[in-house]
Amino acid sequence: MARLAPSENKTPDTEAMKILVIEDDREAADYLEKALNEAGHTTHVARDGEAGFTLADSETYDVLIVDRMLPRRDGLSMIAGLRARGNATPVLILSALGEVDDRVTGLRAGGDDYLTKPYAFSELLARIEVLNRRANVRDGETLYRAGDLELDRLSHAVRRGGKEIVLQPREFRLLEYLMRHTGQVVTRTMLLENVWDYHFDPQTNVIDVHVSRLRSKIEKGFDKPLLHTVRGAGYMLKA
Amino acid sequence: MSRLAAIFRTTAARLSALYLLLFGISAIVLVFYMTSLSERMLLAQTRETIDAEALSLSRVYERGGLPALVRSVAQRSRQPGANLYLLTDPNGRPLAGNVETFDTSVLSITGWTEQPFAYRRFGEGASRPQGEGENGESRHRAIAQVSRLPNQMIILIGRDLGEPERFRRVVQRSLMLALGVMGLGALLIWLFVGRQALNRIDDMSEASRRIMGGDLTGRLPVTGAGDEFDRLSENLNTMLARIAALNDGLKQVSDNIAHDLKTPLTRIRNRAESMLAGKHSAAQYREALEGTIAESDQLIRTFNAILMISRLQAGYSAESTTPVALSAIVRDVVELYEPVAEEAGVVLTAGEVSDGTVQGNRELIGQTLSNIVDNAIKYSGDVEGGGKVQVSLARAGNELRISVADNGPGIPEEDRARVVERFVRLEKSRSQPGSGLGLSLADAVMKFHGGKLKLSGRDPGLLVEMTFPREQNQ
Repeated sequence: MARLAPSENKTPDTEAMKILVIEDDREAADYLEKALNEAGHTTHVARDGEAGFTLADSETYDVLIVDRMLPRRDGLSMIAGLRARGNATPVLILSALGEVDDRVTGLRAGGDDYLTKPYAFSELLARIEVLNRRANVRDGETLYRAGDLELDRLSHAVRRGGKEIVLQPREFRLLEYLMRHTGQVVTRTMLLENVWDYHFDPQTNVIDVHVSRLRSKIEKGFDKPLLHTVRGAGYMLKA
Repeated sequence: MSRLAAIFRTTAARLSALYLLLFGISAIVLVFYMTSLSERMLLAQTRETIDAEALSLSRVYERGGLPALVRSVAQRSRQPGANLYLLTDPNGRPLAGNVETFDTSVLSITGWTEQPFAYRRFGEGASRPQGEGENGESRHRAIAQVSRLPNQMIILIGRDLGEPERFRRVVQRSLMLALGVMGLGALLIWLFVGRQALNRIDDMSEASRRIMGGDLTGRLPVTGAGDEFDRLSENLNTMLARIAALNDGLKQVSDNIAHDLKTPLTRIRNRAESMLAGKHSAAQYREALEGTIAESDQLIRTFNAILMISRLQAGYSAESTTPVALSAIVRDVVELYEPVAEEAGVVLTAGEVSDGTVQGNRELIGQTLSNIVDNAIKYSGDVEGGGKVQVSLARAGNELRISVADNGPGIPEEDRARVVERFVRLEKSRSQPGSGLGLSLADAVMKFHGGKLKLSGRDPGLLVEMTFPREQNQ
């Protein structure tokens, strides 16, 4: 879980986002603002739930990063308030709690993702980039393409350069998730959450081994690497 | 006195006082109702007697004329306990009877006297002083019927009212006495019950004060009577036991934190200090920073595990449990770890996997099984001829049991109980990464699910069994 300087995570084709950070701790907010700006995003900061609600309600943001415990109005009630007003901006909840229940209540209140403090910035960055709706245009597609790699979501067929690649069901879901987020960094915990549906911290390199198996299947016999390791952060599929 | 005042302040005493008041009012109403009713009945009876007397005397007059009437009246007047009789001529001069003086205006009416009137019998005046009477009038009061004979003679038949009045007084007095006795009894019971309750409550307060004073092992007294005080004490004692357990858990956690987290924190601090002290290359700074992050991450992981264990022991909210298919978790974990096992030269297989559902938390069970499988792979990786780990799910009666069997070095029997304790890592395993909390967490998770974690030996190897109680029929 080594952490990189934020700028190293920046990828050329990552869209610049307009982000609202609602966090009452000055140091944490300053750190986030600086790191997000370095990653190429525009960041606004609100220091309490009321100010955050007013800002989120009056301006358009790509992603909201909301601390759970905020003065004047707590994070969850603020999110619920925004959702009640029809505001569908993706929300990443930050919390110092982080029990199984907290995640469930957080997502039930209208949050889209949940991250427990302390977190690695690379994890946060990867998650908000995946949350950004404008980047997720692939949700409705049935055929994913990256370079000469094709994945058919309906027939579950995977081809590269016209050649059929046989994958196990879990490998298919792994590749599907990576391809849906082509060009975006995907962390190990994101993979465990989205491919295996478990939310604990994988202590050993279980995910790495799965990814390297998948990599050998889709890259063996081909020159161009597709599945890249982003040091200290995770993986990225990119042609 | 303050003790008596305290009794009066008890709820029981207040209720008793209220009941006593209500009872007293209704008893007084009852006394007055009963006495007035009996008085009226006696009066009615008196009138009937007088009517009968008048009828009988009028018959005597019809048969024998005035002389017979005079004789009869004189005779009746002399009988002991006789009624009042008076026979006068039309001018009111007495001819016969036993009334000496009376309010003569009574003679002018016909029929029943409307008010009782005062009178005196013959021979009474001297022997019985009636001090209160005006003009020497006695206090005797009577009602009478006055009628006129055809020859204008006046006959008065009356009866003294003393008897019904005495009767009323007797009834009233006895009722009052009964009321007094009952009130006294109620007061005594009240004092007794109030004192009793007060003693019990004082005992309980005293015990609570001791416990509040820091003696968390203290408990409230239970007399064994099985009454509401005992029930209250028992419930409070259960609560106290729970608090004490939580307190112990907290104390243990803080001890462990002090003991085991200080070391890595000191390491981090020393590293930062030594990097600040001298001149180093960029690569060295980078390495130190990466090391610091890695160490912090491990600290956070340890910390999360400690918190998780404490919260599980404190009782997780039941909301976080749902019906969970254990078979799916077993398959998930085997599938998740199979590549890692292969890389470590270990064959990880799923043995017999029965279907089974328990009420629980999928995340916690999945994480626990992952930890156990992870350990099994780690420790059987160096086995000559290849490690083998098998995960299976079996039903045993009413229970569901996940078993993880490896052929690694195992854990000596005497250490098996100890490794479940927090932070215990056997010397042999110090070389392996980990916080030493994996098995304690697993134990806490199993206890949370009402099950148990059991470690036993194989030859060679270790068998870890997660036993879940009661399968959910569904």
